[in-house]
Amino acid sequence: MENRFLSIVSNHKTKSIVEKTAAIIFRGCAIMSIVAVVSITGYMLISGTPALFKEGFIDILFKTTWAPTASDPQYGILLIILTSIVGVILAILIGVPIGLLTAIHLAEMANKHVRKILKSAIELLAGIPSVVYGLLGILIVNPMMYKLELLIYKGDTSHQFTGGANLLSAIIVLAIMILPTLINISETALKSVPDDLRKSSLALGASQIQTIFKVVLPAAKNGIMSAIVLGVGRAIGEAMAILLVAGNAVTFPFPFHSVRFLTTAIVSEMGYASGVHREVLFTIGLVLFVFIMIINLVLTFILKKGDCHD
Amino acid sequence: MKKKILSIFMACLLCLGLTACGNSSSDSESIQGKVSLNGSTSMEKFVNALSEAIKEEYPDLQLEAQFTGSSAGLEALASGSADIGDSSRALTDEEKEKGLVENIVAIDGIAMITHKSNTVKNLTTEQLTKIYTGEIKNWKELGGQDQAIVVIGRESGSGTRGAFEELLKIEDQCQYAQELNETGAVLAKVAKTEGAIGYVSLDVVDDTVTALKLNDVEASEKTIKDGSYQLQRPFVMATKGEISKQKGNVRAIFNFIESDAGQEVIKKVGLISAK
Repeated sequence: MENRFLSIVSNHKTKSIVEKTAAIIFRGCAIMSIVAVVSITGYMLISGTPALFKEGFIDILFKTTWAPTASDPQYGILLIILTSIVGVILAILIGVPIGLLTAIHLAEMANKHVRKILKSAIELLAGIPSVVYGLLGILIVNPMMYKLELLIYKGDTSHQFTGGANLLSAIIVLAIMILPTLINISETALKSVPDDLRKSSLALGASQIQTIFKVVLPAAKNGIMSAIVLGVGRAIGEAMAILLVAGNAVTFPFPFHSVRFLTTAIVSEMGYASGVHREVLFTIGLVLFVFIMIINLVLTFILKKGDCHD
Repeated sequence: MKKKILSIFMACLLCLGLTACGNSSSDSESIQGKVSLNGSTSMEKFVNALSEAIKEEYPDLQLEAQFTGSSAGLEALASGSADIGDSSRALTDEEKEKGLVENIVAIDGIAMITHKSNTVKNLTTEQLTKIYTGEIKNWKELGGQDQAIVVIGRESGSGTRGAFEELLKIEDQCQYAQELNETGAVLAKVAKTEGAIGYVSLDVVDDTVTALKLNDVEASEKTIKDGSYQLQRPFVMATKGEISKQKGNVRAIFNFIESDAGQEVIKKVGLISAK
């Protein structure tokens, strides 16, 4: 009972033991995440590269025919890579203006009540599981796109009708899914701009809109850039929602074509794939992994640049 | 405290001991050893389900299955390196001359489905082929409404897709508008998309979609069994010589398939009983 309080003065030995064990536990936890990253990287390389050597870099990465179960199998994933790039860029182009303007509204204009409602709505949006986005995509976006498709391609005999499951549907779903990421991070960036800047701008006679676009946005540039990069990361890694709405045929990424993304290529064929086919799916995973690494490097670069400025 | 932990530990041990006692006695102790199967990749799902289910009846019986393709499997059977040859097609006369016996254990049937509103109720094999290779793109060419055809299929590697393309001889020539990775997804998409056509195992067809007639024959268990419906293929477990002349453990497998539990397996993987 006498040792109830750990006093630094009274019991030096206990203290140092506690400190040491704590240090070991913390270090162990830190090492765990490093081990996870290193082993995942290693595993992706080990399982993703054999197919590249077997089939050839060019035959996999730069050919457009995907026929993994044909008698003369072909594993060209160029169209799949292009789809992921085009789809993500377009989703960002739709998502960023909406997300950024929402963030501006939240950070600069909204009064307390509006802010509260908007904030909880965005939190809810972030918490919705991606498969639910996919289901809503099937129920709402796909039928709408099919109507649009029938309207645009009326009487066109060469177009293959997709029933609404196409690149455009996937882009719309992706754009909505990345909104929370974009809004939350840009809002934080805008909020961290010192109030002095705003006040000086307003004092010099600039209107509120002028202040926002000429002063606050440039000051928060780095934060907004990292929001966009993280949005790209979220969009390129999304699988479940677009599996349900994109149609999954391997074609060139035009808006009304049924398309297959890198993520959905893995998900849709993993179940029954075997042999080289399976190895190529791991290669697709490796390509995706490389994309994510590039995105992270860009993000680190942006953040570093931000530090230099400050 | 220590005592408490010890007693919990002991209780756990006791529980483990009890469960271990649970399933020991069995009346079929004589059936044991390994039976090697070789053959069709399409039958992988069925054979795996079978080897799992058969353990309950004959715990000491092991099915060693390889999936190298129907012809390779039958060759392995003829040369004696396998006890059973799995084939997802009927045996040729040549193969029968080698003494292989065709035991049809189940039938794989594929139904063509369309959206409820579609007025086309019947297709010929040729029309179906043309739809899936992209030659026919509108239902009006087949006597229906002026509506685009949305061609829905399964992902490559799927057994249903393999069977469908093989039976129509359009392997790797299909132009899909949507490739879905589940039977249920095909059913749901076809039910929701006007102008859609898709293929699914016969057993999942329900009243949310219309099942098409093929060459004026309705798709049903009956027409599949009498052979008049064409989108079907037999699942054969061939043996060298009649079943009655096989080893005890091979006979046990066929007995199991004949039994209620075996028929249950056939139904579970979406096949039609050959009985």
